[in-house]
Amino acid sequence: MVKTNVKIGGLELKNPVLTASGTFGYGLEFADFVDLDKLGGFIVKGTTLNAREGNPYPRSAETPLGMLNAVGLQNKGVEYFAQNIYPQLKDLDTNVIVNVSGACIEDYVACAERVAALDKIPAIELNISCPNVKQGGMAFGVQPQSAAEVVAAVRKAYPKTLIVKLSPNVTDITEIARAVEGAGADSVSLINTLLGMAIDSEKRRPILSTITGGMSGPAVKPIALRMVWQVAKAVKIPVVGIGGITTGKDAIEFLLAGASAIEVGTANFMNPAVTGEIVDYIEDYLVRHNMSSVDELIGALQV
Amino acid sequence: MKKYLADLTIIEVQKLNASCVLLTMTDDKALPQCRPGQFAELRVDETPTVMLRRPISIHSFDASKNEIGFLVQVVGDGTRWLASLAKGDKVNVLLPLGNGFTLPEDNGARLLLVGGGVGSAPLYGLAQELVKRGNDFAILIGARSEKDLYRRTEFEALGRVEYTTEDGSLGEKGYVTNHSLLNEKFDYIYTCGPKPMMMAVAKYAREKGIPCEASLENKMACGLGACLCCVEDTTEGHRCVCTDGPVFSIEELKW
Repeated sequence: MVKTNVKIGGLELKNPVLTASGTFGYGLEFADFVDLDKLGGFIVKGTTLNAREGNPYPRSAETPLGMLNAVGLQNKGVEYFAQNIYPQLKDLDTNVIVNVSGACIEDYVACAERVAALDKIPAIELNISCPNVKQGGMAFGVQPQSAAEVVAAVRKAYPKTLIVKLSPNVTDITEIARAVEGAGADSVSLINTLLGMAIDSEKRRPILSTITGGMSGPAVKPIALRMVWQVAKAVKIPVVGIGGITTGKDAIEFLLAGASAIEVGTANFMNPAVTGEIVDYIEDYLVRHNMSSVDELIGALQV
Repeated sequence: MKKYLADLTIIEVQKLNASCVLLTMTDDKALPQCRPGQFAELRVDETPTVMLRRPISIHSFDASKNEIGFLVQVVGDGTRWLASLAKGDKVNVLLPLGNGFTLPEDNGARLLLVGGGVGSAPLYGLAQELVKRGNDFAILIGARSEKDLYRRTEFEALGRVEYTTEDGSLGEKGYVTNHSLLNEKFDYIYTCGPKPMMMAVAKYAREKGIPCEASLENKMACGLGACLCCVEDTTEGHRCVCTDGPVFSIEELKW
């Protein structure tokens, strides 16, 4: 029997497979295709203090082996989540993590405090890297000082596991990672989407209502792998790898690069059963390579 | 309603014209019950430029034969691949998705089905169901030209069908909203087709005070209500076409 469990701060995962915020709804949407309890956990869609309508349609554009989105954190607010969604999730035998976003530090803190009061939510993922909102979001995550300020403020208010999701749209992601580590983050997850753009040449117009949007999917995987590799060497806290993970093989690559866990994102749109398949692949891989624990894989890249 | 992911087998490919095929599929297991107006997400393989599934409306569903039909019009690489498939090929299909049309409670109601081009696809399954239920209905289909009208014989086998074409090659010349059929009295309208056409139908329905449902085709990714890409701005804010729709009452739409 191989050991697949990993630890992210105080958070125990039965395996390293999580889902990326905004690609897995509230989990329940995928319950017909994957046994949610089989996952290490899942990260529910970006939640803010107050309800947000998000950006106008069109919000997506398919690109070769990828897609752009400009959803803009549409959600009904943290109180709606607490009252209406949380009761449906609290008895699951997996980790339900809330992705928290905000327009200002006070909003981040208030939202994190509300989530902290929910017993069965063991962690939050602080989104300081959303490229699709005018205020807050990525603005916090592209400067080490502002990133550290928001993380420090949330750290004071939030006692459980604090994962901070980083933007790749920076000159040096390791600098931001070190800043949020210094401010008290238990873990960093990366990468959020890459700022991109799509044009309809016939109409001579942008495809997205917001002109630019966040790119995800298999096309971004090499960039994500490189950044996970760099950050894993730069910080002592565990790294959660995200970016184009579509197969079990991709997941193994991120673990080798130094990620302690991974998030599956856009691949959920291609195959809603993919997360369960990735869990199985990791177990089979460990058996095939005579490894007793997934720990043996983390950062085990031979260079 | 439980959703399924299955590798369906193509049992017939009918080329309807240069850019449109009818794919009929089956499975070893019983297909899930599908309602008129629901859709499926078809996975596109072997095409490096296509990553996302293609949402295709359910054209026909026959539980007794365990068959499901999809009308696919080629608009890009994904639909080109789907249209290139042959009998015996398998397609990974996610279904049934969406809400479907509301069937009339009043069996005496007179119904009008208005389709535009390939958008008439789900109205075929709806008409089949209305025949089974013994409802009184008429179908009005508009297209650019006679060659852009599909499955005429099959539609006509279900009931009265009228046509409009922009070039006058079949039926009345012009748009569906100018057709003389609209002088008759109807109690309920169902429409599916290009958005400008559906908006014109909605305007007509509002003026006459006739309840009307429209089936939308906003660009989607997941089909499951998770990604929030396909939203329509409704009277209750942004709602997902994939799970809250694709069929909406025009009262919910801001048209």
